Amino acid sequence: MHGISGVSSISTQFNAGMNQTRKIAQQLYSALIFTALLTIAQLAQSQDGKALFNQKCASCHAIDKQLVGPALKGVEDRWDDKKMIYEWVRNSASVIKKGYPRAVAVYAEFNKVQMTAFPELKDQDIDAILGYISTGGAKAAAPGASTTSQDASDTESGSDSNFLYGILTLILAVIALILLQVNSNLRKIADETEGFKTAEPIPFYRNKAYIAILAIILFLVGGFYTFQGAQGLGRSKNYQPEQPIFYSHKVHAGINQVNCLYCHGGAQESKHANIPSVNICMNCHMGINEYAKGPKLYRADGSLVDGTAEIQKIYEYAGWDPAAKKYTSKGKAIEWVRIHNLPDHVYFNHSQHVNAGKQQCQTCHGEIQKMDEVFQFTDLSMGWCVNCHRETKVQFTENKFYSIYEKFHEDLKNKKMDSVTVDKIGGTECQKCHY
Amino acid sequence: MKQKKYWQSFGELQHSESYQDGVQDEFGEDLPTSAPQDSMLEAKAPRRDFLKFLGFSTAAAAAAASCEMPVKKSIPYLNKPDTITPGVANYYATTYIQDGDAIPVVAKVRDGRPIKIEGNDLSSITNGGTSARVQASVLGLYDTARLRFPIANGKEVSTFEAFDKMIAESLANLGGKPIVLLTETITSTTSKNIISSFIAKYPGSRHVEYDALSVNGILNANASSFGKRAIPSYQFDKAKTIVSLAADFLGTWLSPVEYARQYAVGRKIDQKNLEMSRHIVFESMLSLTGANADDRFVHLPSEEGAVALNLYAALGGQVTAPALADERLKKGIQSAAEALKKSGAESLVVSGSNNSDVQVVVNAINQILGAYGSTINWGTTLNTRNGNDAAMVQLVQDMNDGKIGALLVHGVNPAYDYFDSKKFATGLAKVAVSVSFNDREDETTSLCKYVISDHHYLESWGDAEMKSGYLSFIQPTIAPLFKTRPYQSSLLKWSGDDTSYGDYFKKYWLGHFGSQSAWDKALQDGVVETPAAASAGSYAGSALSASVAALASIKTTGKAELVVYPKVSMGSGKDANNPWLQEMPDPITKATWDNYAIISFAMAKELGIAVDDNYEVEVAKPVIKIKVSGATLTLPVLVIPGMHKNVIALALGYGRSEKTGKAAANVGQNAFPLVGFDGKSFTYSATNVSYEKVNETYKIAYTQSHNQYEGRDQVVREYSLEEFKKNPTILSDERHEMVETYAKNTKDFAAEGTLYPSHPYPGPKWGMSIDLNSCIGCGACTVACTSENNVAVVGKSEVMRSHEMHWLRIDRYFATYRDNTGADNLDDLNVVFMPMLCQHCDNAPCENVCPVNATNHSSEGLNQMTYNRCIGTRYCANNCPYKVRRFNWADYMGADSFPDNQREVLGDAVMMMNDDLTRMVLNPDVTVRSRGVIEKCSFCVQRLQEGKLKAKKENRPLETGADGKWDIKTACQQACPTNAIVFGNVHDKKSPVSVIRNEEQTNRLFYVLEEIHVLPNVNYLAKIRNTERKVGVAEETHQEEKKTEAAH
Repeated sequence: MHGISGVSSISTQFNAGMNQTRKIAQQLYSALIFTALLTIAQLAQSQDGKALFNQKCASCHAIDKQLVGPALKGVEDRWDDKKMIYEWVRNSASVIKKGYPRAVAVYAEFNKVQMTAFPELKDQDIDAILGYISTGGAKAAAPGASTTSQDASDTESGSDSNFLYGILTLILAVIALILLQVNSNLRKIADETEGFKTAEPIPFYRNKAYIAILAIILFLVGGFYTFQGAQGLGRSKNYQPEQPIFYSHKVHAGINQVNCLYCHGGAQESKHANIPSVNICMNCHMGINEYAKGPKLYRADGSLVDGTAEIQKIYEYAGWDPAAKKYTSKGKAIEWVRIHNLPDHVYFNHSQHVNAGKQQCQTCHGEIQKMDEVFQFTDLSMGWCVNCHRETKVQFTENKFYSIYEKFHEDLKNKKMDSVTVDKIGGTECQKCHY
Repeated sequence: MKQKKYWQSFGELQHSESYQDGVQDEFGEDLPTSAPQDSMLEAKAPRRDFLKFLGFSTAAAAAAASCEMPVKKSIPYLNKPDTITPGVANYYATTYIQDGDAIPVVAKVRDGRPIKIEGNDLSSITNGGTSARVQASVLGLYDTARLRFPIANGKEVSTFEAFDKMIAESLANLGGKPIVLLTETITSTTSKNIISSFIAKYPGSRHVEYDALSVNGILNANASSFGKRAIPSYQFDKAKTIVSLAADFLGTWLSPVEYARQYAVGRKIDQKNLEMSRHIVFESMLSLTGANADDRFVHLPSEEGAVALNLYAALGGQVTAPALADERLKKGIQSAAEALKKSGAESLVVSGSNNSDVQVVVNAINQILGAYGSTINWGTTLNTRNGNDAAMVQLVQDMNDGKIGALLVHGVNPAYDYFDSKKFATGLAKVAVSVSFNDREDETTSLCKYVISDHHYLESWGDAEMKSGYLSFIQPTIAPLFKTRPYQSSLLKWSGDDTSYGDYFKKYWLGHFGSQSAWDKALQDGVVETPAAASAGSYAGSALSASVAALASIKTTGKAELVVYPKVSMGSGKDANNPWLQEMPDPITKATWDNYAIISFAMAKELGIAVDDNYEVEVAKPVIKIKVSGATLTLPVLVIPGMHKNVIALALGYGRSEKTGKAAANVGQNAFPLVGFDGKSFTYSATNVSYEKVNETYKIAYTQSHNQYEGRDQVVREYSLEEFKKNPTILSDERHEMVETYAKNTKDFAAEGTLYPSHPYPGPKWGMSIDLNSCIGCGACTVACTSENNVAVVGKSEVMRSHEMHWLRIDRYFATYRDNTGADNLDDLNVVFMPMLCQHCDNAPCENVCPVNATNHSSEGLNQMTYNRCIGTRYCANNCPYKVRRFNWADYMGADSFPDNQREVLGDAVMMMNDDLTRMVLNPDVTVRSRGVIEKCSFCVQRLQEGKLKAKKENRPLETGADGKWDIKTACQQACPTNAIVFGNVHDKKSPVSVIRNEEQTNRLFYVLEEIHVLPNVNYLAKIRNTERKVGVAEETHQEEKKTEAAH
């Protein structure tokens, strides 16, 4: 477990210059993710289909992997009657009752577990989903992948130039000091040659002006780092505690593409994203009881993880006997270590950001689909929040809530403003987060 | 007669020196620094101290810096119930039941904890209204004094089985003596059935219903006038003239929330058709209802019969009424009679007397008026008070005679609130088996051998039929916190039925509704209403002559008389351990944490109590000794205008025992021993009272002199209906004139009146409208605000230092008239209530004096307060003209991690609020403020944000009341039983607040202190009084001001 001590965090702040550039790089990076997403979204045949798929299907289905339900790739080929698919989605029970052979087969194959009914989906919605499935969907996965290398090089070059500037400044300062010394020596010689009486020269280390300048510089630099250090107190960027179960987001959200909202459903409706209860784990792990096919997993210290043993731990918590395939004891809750902590006087609402603001999880949590053990990606400082609120555009024309902002709508129409960011509608005011 | 001005305290009325000093001093006390030293050099060891502080702070900073951040755990459910999403509140319909109030409510449950009670809009009885006590009831769930396990002979019993066994054995060995079940009035059908089957199991047993605040007089009178021992439905909304004979129907009488809602219907004013009900009150002390009356007359308590008879005679009743001495009272009766005659059947006369003879006369009055079938409906009866005083007295006698084998007590506390509690206690000692179902070790329970506490109502199943045909259900909102059991389950068990009450209840109602879906809907809605047709009842006047004769024989004896009354906040005292209610200022006296003797100005003079310069400033009050037929009480006095000059009034519900709880103990004195019994009913007044001043003082914490307006008057606006009809634009003209003066060029008052630029408001802009005509001053909003916003309880000692934290206070203004001698006639007055909260000024004086910008303006018109920026200079509170900002002088809520910040400052009651159990009531969406910051009303910003988010998620515009759709209601608005408070988006032209401001109420609209150009976002609607007297501020005030200016 990483206890973050103030002292160590002060020492990390000596890389302040680094951090600065990293911050810029991160912004650049998130902007890149955003554009990449946009492009892909436009490329995809049906944006609706993707959204609907993620919303309705992704909790149980992937396109080319079997999750709780079958992989959906080529589903239209397996079902000869499209109408049956419509009916199946809206109410699978009726199709099974009718005895449609494919339906009965799927039902039997998946241990007679009925698919959730979606009576609200219309034919064209289902068409959109099918359209999205037929385009493969896979392209949309892990959009951030291509940008990583570029991001890394950005960081490199940024820190390099800073370092160079530093050295340059130091060299110039030394030259200036030497020149000043030379200048004073020359003046002394000149004075002596002209016969002026001058006082005995004071060595530079006893020169009051130099001492004062040095003191001021020391004060400023020291003050800067002290301030930086103090600001960092209570922040815990890169916090990566060891969890009771080695749960890999990479395996779940990355490789197996389980939708984030399947487990963290609260992000859509609540202030908390919510850590899934054990019964949600068991939805899938009742069937998936070993980790065999995926890549090898390593802990932060480099030791190898036995995935199957980690799955066994869930059974212990859930009170499930995998051999008898039934719950045999009462079970106990899993005590996860909380990574993302906000002070008590901050109100943060996930649904505001995910549901109303349509933000990606990665914006704040980083590339979670690539993390084995989760770490805190951002410092969750107020400056970081406010910066994002200044730059992020709200769903101004899409969401009818904003129809009350009549003046802004007019300004947009008259091209007096080109977009409405969160801060324009008051998103940087105190009582949006502190009350 | 001339009126002076509106005043809150005698100091303000007399413009005394200490009042002026107090006005200068925002915080009512000296700064807590030691005496100034002549110079720093002469100070003792300043250099050493400095070095110590330096050393300490460096060390502390180093220590703090090396502290590791704590590891926090996130523990999800093992198996999440699908109805719960952590972070999202669930709402359950249930019913508040206590002391004869049954009010349908909705409990807000966040992450498994009920944290707020709101009214149930679906109930046509309350229309979503609540009272202060309903709002505070959620705190009762987390009361630290609740019993946590069953007790037998003072020892804990580990299991219910063991307890049941003991009871079974005891009940089997009663030797043929009967069991008596002593309860409050039961309105639950299932409970009644269970009680009947229990009684059937033990032949000879009986059920006695006992109301601590009895209305036996009405019940008996109706038994003789209508042949039904019941209470009809009063319909104040249908009455054009309401005459109350000391019935405090807006505060405590029968069903105040229902009546307040109905009353407000007749008090709302349509400016196109200026009509409103007329409300006349005859009473002995100043009650909440009296304070709201258009005309009010005082009489001695012993004259209540004479007043009723005189009114009856004036209406044409064939009686010879006893003569009354007071001219003003006689005129009042005449004018009331005229008003009643004018409105005929659309009249309603009610009486708060517990004397059945008075009630018989009142019935006759209503009969003569034709009120039955019009404003009084016998088709639906009110079932919440059914106690029989004589039966209770008989029971106590039987107990003393050793005739009772076992006494089972539920929901009542006669050892405290029975008039002869000593006799009850000695009787109880003679009962072999005594069982209490009460929730705490109150006075009665601590005398009982067996105690098995009932659940709190928020943990229970249950039903109530508060009015016939009006069902309201109770469902649990949290699993029982302690080892308690419903008393119905116990009774079932002890009558040999192993069914739990929950199962019994569900089975019964499922059978009643026929289908699961109908039953589910009933439970979800909370209320099912199937009212019977309205009926006038069958009146029989035969009892009248006997009653008239009985009343005529009452003689006024002795000089002074006494009234004991229930307070709006405290009732009969069951809520005494609720700090929210204890700290809620009484609507009339503004006192907290105490009861006291209220006396008139004249009586004070006679006692030699000087109502002088220092009267309000000094918290130490003179003490008097009151003697009534054997009983003696020594109490502090408060001088309040509007009292009858020879009447002393005492509040019930105080002086609870030590074990009742930390907040209840040592608060006030018990006035129940002063209640009498006239052979038929309990009497709440006494004649022949002697009193004398005692040479001691007692400190009372009251908020009367806090938060003054720096001598600015014209805060409230009040007109008589007649005057307003003659000149409907009297107020708006004045406002136009002001605009003309301050904005000569542009007529844009907002922009031209200031040097500061105006704030832009691109989206919603919040505004509130408060109708002074509807506000009855009941205080439900104050407690609702406390509950919603985690407002701290500070305790008596802190209230005395003006440190109370209420974000919303109700200012109570008196306006008195001068008689020809130039003296203020303090018995003839108008009272105006004005809820005062942060006005969210658009040109806020607090914002530009904050050195750290901790308070600033939002683009939605909110005056925002950021606690973690605040450094506590309190400049903002200094500069606030409304005095609505509150400073946390101590760590009242235990918000910071240093317990030493609380030591020796905060009393037991405050520390009780800091208990882990009590803290469960905190709203998790609102920051708990720590010491050293200012706080104030936020317009319930957490609700605004939640409402906006809801609309965003549903992809639709925000609803702020247009077409009756509300995304957002502030806590005060929701709690208000009279809909006096309306909140919404003023940029939405259809929202009620916009409609009020721009269309419906343009004539009554005003902003408090508008002339100082702070541009408040809260507007008020002027109070209109339906009276012939002159109201409002008279010329004289202005002349006086001119004089003082000249003097300067």
